[in-house]
Amino acid sequence: MKPLGIDKLIGASPERIEDQRFLTGQGQYVADLDIPGALHAAILRSPVAHGRVAALGLDAARALPGVHAIITASDIPHPIPTIPLRLVPLPEFDPYLQPVIAAEKVRYVGEPLAVIVAESRAIAEDALDLIEIDIESLPAVGDENVDEAGAFLFEETGTNVALRFHARSGDPDKAFAEAAYTRKETFRSHRHTAAPMETRGLLAQWDESGQKLKLFGAAKVPYFNRRALSRMMNLPEENLDLIEVDVGGGFGVRGEFYPEDFLIPFAAQRVGRPVKWIEDRREHLMATNHSRDVGATVEIACARDGTITGLRGDVFGDMGAYIRTNGGVVPTAAGMFLQGPYRIPNVDVTVLALMTNKTPVGTYRGPGRFEANFFRERLFDMAAADLKIDPAEFRRINLIREDELPYSIGKRAPHLPEAVYDTGDYHAAFERCLAEIDWQGKAAIQGKLIDGRYHGVGVASFVESGGAGPKETSRFVLEKDGSITVATGSSLLGQGLETTLAQIAGDVLGLPLTAFRIDHRSTARLADGLGSYHGRSIIVGGSAVVDGAEKFRAAVIEAAANLLGRPNSELRFEDGVVRSEAGASISLADIAASRSAEDGLLAVDGIFLVNKPTYSYGTHAAHVAVDPDTGRVEVLDYVAVEDVGRAINPMIVSGQAIGALVQGLGGVFLDHLIYDDQCQLLTASFADYLMPTATDFPSLRSVAMELRLSPTNPLGAKSAGEGGMVPVAAAIGNAVGAALRSRGAEPRTLPLSPPRIWKLIHEEKECTQ
Amino acid sequence: MSRKVDITLTVNGQPHAHAADTRTTFADFLRDDLRLTGTHVGCEHGVCGACTVIVDGEAVRSCLMLAPQADGATVVTIEGLSEPDGSLGPLQRAFRKHHALQCGFCTPGILTTAHALLTQEPDASEERIREVLSGNICRCTGYVTIIQAILEAREGYRHAANASTAS
Amino acid sequence: MKLPDVDYIRPKTLKEALGLLSSHGDDAKLIAGGQSLMPMLAFRLLAPKILIDIGGLAELRGIDITDTGVRLGARTTWHDIERHPSLKAAQPLLAAAIAHVAHYQIRNRGTAGGSLAHCDPVAEFPAIVLTCDAEVVVAGPDGERVLAASDFVLGPMTTALEADEIIVQIRFPAWPKARRWGFEEFARRRGDFAMAAAAIFYDLDGDQCVVDPHVGVIGDADGARRLAEVEDLLRGQKMTPTLVAEARTVTEQSIHPSEDIHAPAAYRRALMGVMVERALAASAGIDLSKAAA
Repeated sequence: MKPLGIDKLIGASPERIEDQRFLTGQGQYVADLDIPGALHAAILRSPVAHGRVAALGLDAARALPGVHAIITASDIPHPIPTIPLRLVPLPEFDPYLQPVIAAEKVRYVGEPLAVIVAESRAIAEDALDLIEIDIESLPAVGDENVDEAGAFLFEETGTNVALRFHARSGDPDKAFAEAAYTRKETFRSHRHTAAPMETRGLLAQWDESGQKLKLFGAAKVPYFNRRALSRMMNLPEENLDLIEVDVGGGFGVRGEFYPEDFLIPFAAQRVGRPVKWIEDRREHLMATNHSRDVGATVEIACARDGTITGLRGDVFGDMGAYIRTNGGVVPTAAGMFLQGPYRIPNVDVTVLALMTNKTPVGTYRGPGRFEANFFRERLFDMAAADLKIDPAEFRRINLIREDELPYSIGKRAPHLPEAVYDTGDYHAAFERCLAEIDWQGKAAIQGKLIDGRYHGVGVASFVESGGAGPKETSRFVLEKDGSITVATGSSLLGQGLETTLAQIAGDVLGLPLTAFRIDHRSTARLADGLGSYHGRSIIVGGSAVVDGAEKFRAAVIEAAANLLGRPNSELRFEDGVVRSEAGASISLADIAASRSAEDGLLAVDGIFLVNKPTYSYGTHAAHVAVDPDTGRVEVLDYVAVEDVGRAINPMIVSGQAIGALVQGLGGVFLDHLIYDDQCQLLTASFADYLMPTATDFPSLRSVAMELRLSPTNPLGAKSAGEGGMVPVAAAIGNAVGAALRSRGAEPRTLPLSPPRIWKLIHEEKECTQ
Repeated sequence: MSRKVDITLTVNGQPHAHAADTRTTFADFLRDDLRLTGTHVGCEHGVCGACTVIVDGEAVRSCLMLAPQADGATVVTIEGLSEPDGSLGPLQRAFRKHHALQCGFCTPGILTTAHALLTQEPDASEERIREVLSGNICRCTGYVTIIQAILEAREGYRHAANASTAS
Repeated sequence: MKLPDVDYIRPKTLKEALGLLSSHGDDAKLIAGGQSLMPMLAFRLLAPKILIDIGGLAELRGIDITDTGVRLGARTTWHDIERHPSLKAAQPLLAAAIAHVAHYQIRNRGTAGGSLAHCDPVAEFPAIVLTCDAEVVVAGPDGERVLAASDFVLGPMTTALEADEIIVQIRFPAWPKARRWGFEEFARRRGDFAMAAAAIFYDLDGDQCVVDPHVGVIGDADGARRLAEVEDLLRGQKMTPTLVAEARTVTEQSIHPSEDIHAPAAYRRALMGVMVERALAASAGIDLSKAAA
C-alpha cells in the first residue's frame, strides 16, 4: 500500500482543536451533563469477597425520604444477562462470564448487589448505609494455587482454572536437551490498573413511548456495547444511541461493558426518569478493571556465545472473579510477547487463566506485554551475566535483523492466527537508544557505589502490535455551509483524534484543519464501528478516514460535474473548489447549497479493512541510582526509542510516549492494588494507591523514529499509544539489577518499591537453578 | 440534619447569593448549584488536585471545603482564567502550544494551581514549580510538557509583576 | 463519597465556640482547615451531626516571635509558617519539618491546631511539638490550661484534649542560635506522609560535647516519640561518624516499628535508624558516604 503523497498537515504538529474547550473549562464530561428531572444512582457492592447471598434487608433504605427505587436481581427478568466476550470469545470462558448483578453468589469485593435510585447521590449513599447485607462467607481464593484454596468460584466447573493452552514452535525439547547453557527463573508482575483521572459515569434517558434509550458516557467500543445492551434489553439496536462525550482518559479500562452499563439503563427504564450514575474513586478502584497480575516461570537455552536456541514459559494470569469482555487477552498476550524482537526458533509456552475472588481483570495499555517484556529481559540479563557477555552485545547477537523480516513467530495460541513481525530496523532503534543513554560511557559506573548509591544502566527491546482489524468506518458529510463533518467509529480518549483525523482528511483533500469537524460522539452517526484500542485509532480509524476522504473527493467531483456540465476527467478539486480545465469552478458551499431537500446532504461512507496487526518496535534504556539504606531508586535518565512508522502529529506522538512512560514508571515503583488474605482490597483510595507526580520522574526523553512504514495501511503508521509503556519494567528492572549485582540482588518481582528493594538487598539471597 | 444556609460570594468577578447545603462540598456547590462544571472532581478525598480553585488568592482543594465555608469569599475558577474578552490567557496559550494536556480532566486544577503560584511567586524556579505541581495528578501527559508550559508562561507573570512594581 | 448528613455552624468568638461544643457534646466535631477531617467524612469514618467551624476565630490567629520563643495560634496554616520572614531563623527545626507537609493547596488551609488535635502518628507537626518540648494552650468551659507536649500527645490519634476543649496556641521554647539540629524524612513521594522521620537537636558545651539531646522519631507503632536510649547515648559525647553509626544501631534496637501495607516492620526499623543517622550527620556536617568504611 502506498503512503499518502500530500504531507502538509501529516507530520506537522498543529495545536490541538480540542484544547480550546479543555483550557477554558468548557469540556463536557458525563458528570457535567444535566437532564432536568434526573435521579441519581448508587450501587450496593459486596463487602465480602466470596459468599452466598442469604438476604438483603431493604426496608429501612426504601423508607428513607428521597429514595425512589431499589433494584436487585429479583427485579431483573431472568435469566440475568451475562456480559459477553468482545475479544476472542472462547467457549471455555462461558461458565465464567459475569452476570450484570449478583444473585445467589458474590465473587469479589465490589460486585454489584443492588442499585439505589434517589433524589441525590448523597441520599442514595445514605440509603446504602441502611441496607443489611446477610452473606454466608466462603473461603476466599486469593493466590495462584487456585484449586487448593478450598472453594470453587463456579462450583459446576470443578476448577478455578478457566483456560489452559499450549503453543510451540520448532523443537524446544531438543533445543533444551542440547543446550550448552540454560537458566530458569520465576517472575511476577503485580496487580495494578490505569486509574484515569475521570472515573466512569453514565446518564441514561429512556423514552417509554418510543422504546428508545439515550445513554451518555460511552467510550472506546460504543458499537459493541450497543449491540450487547440491545440484546440484554431485548430492543432493536437502532433504538439505542450510545453517546460519547468528553472522556477523561481510558488507557484500556474505560468503555468496556461493565455491569453498570446494563444496570443504569435498566434503572432509567424502571423509574421512568433519567438516571445519572457517577462512580466515585473508592468504587473505581474496586470495580473498574484491574490488570497486570501475571506470573511466569521462564527458561532460556543458549549456546556459549550467547545465541539463544530456545525459550520456555509457563505463564499464568490472575483474572479475578469473572472473565469480562477482554477474555483471556492479558495472559495470552503475555505468552505471545514473551519472545519479543528476538530470533528464537524453538519456543514453548503454556498459558493459564486463573479465577480468584478479586476484581475482574481487563486490558490496560500494553496488556500482557509490560509483564512479558519484564520476564524476558530480566532473564536475558541474568543469562548474559552468567555467560560473561555484555548485555547490549547479548541483544545484538539475538535481535532480528532487517533481512530476516517478515519474521513469523508462529501461532502463539491455538485460537490465534500466525503472528508475523512485518517491517523494521530493530538494530537501528537499538543502537540509537544505546547512543542516547551513552551506554559506552556509562560502562565505567555499572554497579559502582558513588556517594552512597549504586548506579546501574539497563536496556530492553520490544515489539508491540497495533491496528487490529477487521475494520473501521467513517462518514463524510458536506454540511449546508460547506464545512465537512467526519464521523468516525474511533473513540476520543484524550489522544487528540479531533486534530489528527482532521490532519489526515486535510492532506487527502488539500484543505486546512478548520474545514473539518470530527464527530465521534454518537452511534447514531454511523451504521457500525469498532472503536479505539490496540493503537488502532490512527492505523485503522485514520485509514478509514483516508478512504472516506478519497470517496468524498470523488463524490464532490461527480456533483460538480453535474452542476457544471463538464466531464469528471476534466475536473480537479483544489483548495476547496472544483475547477475545470476550461476555467469554470464551483465551491463546496455552492455544491452544498445546490442540494434539494430530497437529495439531503452529500454524504459518503469510508471503510478500511485489515486482517492483521502491524508491529512497532524499539528499545528503552534507564540509568538509575539505588540507595541501599532506604531501597529508593532514582531514575537519573531514561530514553525511550520507538519506530512508529509514520507520525501523523509528532507532538501528539511524543505526548503519548512520555505519558505512557510515566504511567509505566508508576507501574514499576508506585501503583499497586493490594489484597489481604480474605481478598479485601486494601488500596481503595488515592492515599494508598500511589501514582507518579510531577516531582517523581523529571528526567525522561523519548525519540520517535520513522524508519520503516507499516505495510498494512495507506498511512504507513504503526501504533504509537502503547509502545511507550511496554518495556518500562524491563528496562528499569535491568538497571536495578545492574546496579545491585555486587549485592547479589536480582529483581524478579514487581513492584520495585523501596521496601522490596531493601529486602532484596538485605534479606533475600535467592538461589538460582 | 443538613440544612441550607445563605451565602454570598464572588466567583470570577460575579457576585452570587445562594443557599448552600451544609453537607455539600464547595466543589459540588460550584458544579451543581452554580453550574460551573469546569472544576472537576477526581477523588473527593483531597489527593488528586483536579478540583483546585482559587479562594481569596490561595489555591485550595474545593472537595476539602464545605460550601458554607465559602461565604464571603472571592473565588476564581477555570472559567475565570481567560482574558476579559474571552480569549486564552498566556498560561492557557502556553499549555496549548506545548501540548500540556491530553484528556483535559486534570487541566482546570493544574491551571488554577499554576496561576495562583505564578501570581504569588513570578520568580518561581523550575524546582519550585515541580514541587507545587506535585499536588496535582495527571495520568496522561507525564508532566514534562506541563512544566515546559508553565515555565514559558512564567515570563508573562514576571513581566506583569515588574510592570506593577515599576509603576 | 458524598458527605454524611451533617449540619454546620460558624461561631464568631471562642466563647461562642466553646458554648456550642458543650451543648452539642458528642454530636459535634470541630472543623478548622478540614484537610484531615473532610476525607474522613467522605469515607464516612465519622458521622457527626454538626460541624463547628473555628477557622475564622480571631483568638486563634497569629504567630508571635519573642526571645522566649515562638507562639503559634492554633489557626496558623503551613503557609503562614513557610512565609513568615523570621520564623525559619527562630525555629529552624519546625520550619524544616513543615516543609514536608502535604501539598501547596493543603498547606493553604491545614492548621497547626487541627494537625495537633488529629494527632496522626505519621504527621510531622505533632512529632515536632513533642520533640521540642512545646506547650499546648487549651481553652475549655472553665478557662485555659497549659499542658506540656508529653502530657498532650498521648499516642496515635490520641491527645489529652477533652471533648469540650479547643486548642488555642502552641508555644515553642526559645531556640539558641548555636543549637545543632537535623530533620530527615522518608516518604514515597514528595508531600506524602512520612514512612519514617527523625527530628533531632542538641547544644554543645565548651568541649564540643552534646548537651540536652532531643531525638524524636516518626514510624513507631506507639506514635511520635522521643528515644531516651539514643539521647542517653549522645549525652556528653562528641558527635563523630562512629557515634552517629552507633545511634543508628541503638535506634533500631529501641523502637517498636509500625507495620502496614506500605512498609513491613523490619524495613521500617532499618529506615528509622537511617533517618536518625542522617539527621545527626546533617546536624554535625558529617558526610556519611565518605565516612562509610
